[in-house]
Amino acid sequence: MQLNINGATHDVDVDPDTPLLWVIREELGLTGTKYGCGIAQCGACTVLIDGVATRSCATPADSVAGLEIRTIETVEDTEIGRRVVEAWVENEVAQCGYCQSGQVLAATALLSDIPDPTDADIDGAMTNLCRCGTYNKIRAAVRSVSEA
Amino acid sequence: MGVIDQLARRLGQAPVNVSRRGFLAGSGALVLATALPLRPVRGQEIAAEAPAVTAFLELRSDGTALLRSPFIEGGQGIFTAMAQIVGEELDLAPENFSVEIAPAGGPFGIMGGYRLTGGSMSTRTGYPVMRQLGTAARAMLVEAAAREWGVEASELTTEPGVVVHEGSGRRAAYGDLAAAAMDLPVPVSPALKDPADFRWIGTALPRMDVRAKSTGRQNYAIDVEVEGMLLAALRHAPRLGLMPASVTNQAEIEAMRGVHSVQMLDGAVAVVAEKFWQARRAIDAAEIDWIEGEAQWPMPAGFSSAAFRDTLAGATGEVVEVEASGDAAGTLQSADMVIEATYDAPYMAHGQLEPPSATARFNEDGTLDLWMPCQAPEMFVGAAAAAAGLEASQITLHQQVLGGFFGRHFLYATANPFPQAIALAKAVGRPVKLIWTREEDFLRDAPRPLGLARFRGAVGPDGPTALQVEVVGEGPTQRWYQAPPGQDPSATEGISGKTYAIANTHIGQIFHANPAVIGYWRAVGHSMHDFMYEGFLDELAQAGGLDPFEMRLSMLSGSERHRTLLERVGEISGGWTPGPFEAEDGTTRARGVAMASPFGSEAAVIAEVSVDGGEVRVHQVWVALDPGQVVNPSTVEAQVQSAVALGTSQTLVEELVYENGEPTARNFDMYPILRPDQMPQVHTAIVESGAPMGGVGEPGLPAVGPAIVNAVATLTGQRIRSLPLSKHDFG
Repeated sequence: MQLNINGATHDVDVDPDTPLLWVIREELGLTGTKYGCGIAQCGACTVLIDGVATRSCATPADSVAGLEIRTIETVEDTEIGRRVVEAWVENEVAQCGYCQSGQVLAATALLSDIPDPTDADIDGAMTNLCRCGTYNKIRAAVRSVSEA
Repeated sequence: MGVIDQLARRLGQAPVNVSRRGFLAGSGALVLATALPLRPVRGQEIAAEAPAVTAFLELRSDGTALLRSPFIEGGQGIFTAMAQIVGEELDLAPENFSVEIAPAGGPFGIMGGYRLTGGSMSTRTGYPVMRQLGTAARAMLVEAAAREWGVEASELTTEPGVVVHEGSGRRAAYGDLAAAAMDLPVPVSPALKDPADFRWIGTALPRMDVRAKSTGRQNYAIDVEVEGMLLAALRHAPRLGLMPASVTNQAEIEAMRGVHSVQMLDGAVAVVAEKFWQARRAIDAAEIDWIEGEAQWPMPAGFSSAAFRDTLAGATGEVVEVEASGDAAGTLQSADMVIEATYDAPYMAHGQLEPPSATARFNEDGTLDLWMPCQAPEMFVGAAAAAAGLEASQITLHQQVLGGFFGRHFLYATANPFPQAIALAKAVGRPVKLIWTREEDFLRDAPRPLGLARFRGAVGPDGPTALQVEVVGEGPTQRWYQAPPGQDPSATEGISGKTYAIANTHIGQIFHANPAVIGYWRAVGHSMHDFMYEGFLDELAQAGGLDPFEMRLSMLSGSERHRTLLERVGEISGGWTPGPFEAEDGTTRARGVAMASPFGSEAAVIAEVSVDGGEVRVHQVWVALDPGQVVNPSTVEAQVQSAVALGTSQTLVEELVYENGEPTARNFDMYPILRPDQMPQVHTAIVESGAPMGGVGEPGLPAVGPAIVNAVATLTGQRIRSLPLSKHDFG
């Protein structure tokens, strides 16, 4: 099947229901997208599909053929993505960092959609888990982008 | 301190010696010898002759430095802190450092002959050594310049990265001096900086890993790629002690796409395949017959955590004294107001977001390379050698930055995947990366033990007069390092080691073995015992008609440090106001207070809660933390945020339940951890009392839970003695 990932078309030979996460990690070798739970609970595997933050561990590859898939590796190709990354760096959000690819992409999707989100918007969009507890810094970083 | 003391004792080592004399007399000579800056060419020659080049510090000709940290980075900011400390004494800006983990073996056992990343020990044990390292290297650079210029070293000074001769105006960059400096003898006792002159220690320098971690470029063990490797997934026996008899559909599975083979392991079945997902799909399809086998800690088939809690509550047996003062029994017998309570706290999973993995590769010369997360490299190498039938010297361990740890990556029999990866690599004759699914991680994690304590206390008009506590159970330091009852801090800390003045106390432990494979979880014994103690202290205050904050203050009259800390947390919260009171948003809220003395530091916490739809909501947490002295205040603040998050999480929602010998939760759907919308605001005050440097990673956690629970009691009248709060109805 053909998948459009990070602006390029990739021919991948996998079973159609292989989770997109493992296609990205094992067929394309892009390891910034993380496996955390495999059941769409934690969000470490978040990618953007047509701009929507999506948990790739529970997304069959054949369900996204033809859609535009973007991973953390190209997040800085967009203006919002660049600003989110800079905010993450400025605020020193990451601790262990394992969830942060997903957090950055979730924030990019939110801020692309709603440039000036309310607290409720942030609560609704930023649902990825972080075991290090960087949640307050995540919120501050999102705020710093919307207020810039 | 407890874990470290026990480890040191077990390993036959002296306690951690942080004096300069100890440094020089012990591993110091080696450390200093390896502090010699290396010429690039010479460095390559050494590397060719001896692959395990062990050196803390390399100065490069471009003026940058490579520092090998004895402690692994897992988000706590230790690489940055180490660069700050060395840079301070070396007089080289920390931004010019790259830091990597020091390899197993060599001179890196700076904790008294060994090292591990844990016990909130890294900065405090690394501090004196890293300062010595930096100042020795600086002295050698100065001496090199002095010889080149024909002047006395005493005439020279340094600016960051540069040696300066004020008299002649001559300057030389460190990078240009590195080659000459390496041939010089190592100075015996170069002077350390006056802390008043510190340029970087004590400042909020940015962490050096944040950009890589914000762009997906940080690699972890799970991302390791080795040429020619196969991927493996496995299924463990539902209980330790069972073993696989057969895989009834093995032929079918081995015919599945990408599958290399099915492999029987000790208490597990693995599938090895070209890709992990292929292995995962195949193992999920496996039909396995399990039969009774053998295990060091077999899990009883009928084991339930609820029944085990009741067993501990009723346990009798020898009460081994841990601490005692005055006459607790006599005072309790004659006191007017005596109360009793039993507290318990559940098993908990580590829940680090990176699932465990290990990659093993046997080389043609019979040596073994391993890639994995670990908090104690030398111990892991020893265990790997035993598993592989090799000498430790034949094993190269590639330690990986940790995707969370919280105690998960210590050496626990049955909880680490590397022995299985070794067995699989041996079986298939190719490198193998084994990844445990989240479900297998929950099944074979070494959880924080379920714990229980029975309290009796007497209180008079001026506060508690007697306290008798029996802590029932087993701590991880007994399990893994044979600390006997009464001498295992992990079994009682947070009930023992408190600072309040109570004239008559008796703290004892009744040992009761824990059927689960228990482990260290962030703040270890403190993670539950301070909840129990501080909750009961509030019960005593209530029974005595005393304010819990004022009562604690009066019990700290002998300690200026603790009084200061408690007053400080009161101040930053706007003054102690227990409530209940109405907040601006119309919710009714209350506040609770608690203290803890964990890992060489002191903490005081106030939490503010409300109840919404029958569930407790934590709005704000104020933390005053006194680690004595601080290297990087922004890292400390981040660790407090993290500790509050985990402390709130365990208090509100976390509980690993066992039924029929198995955990009922195998993933984050059935084992919730704190969500973003449950995170309280955190207000931190760092108090540098000047006391000996204490830990930072864990000390913010233990007082959070009891502060929340005490606030809940004030708000609802319900005294919670069993965590988590989510199993109680506050509707």
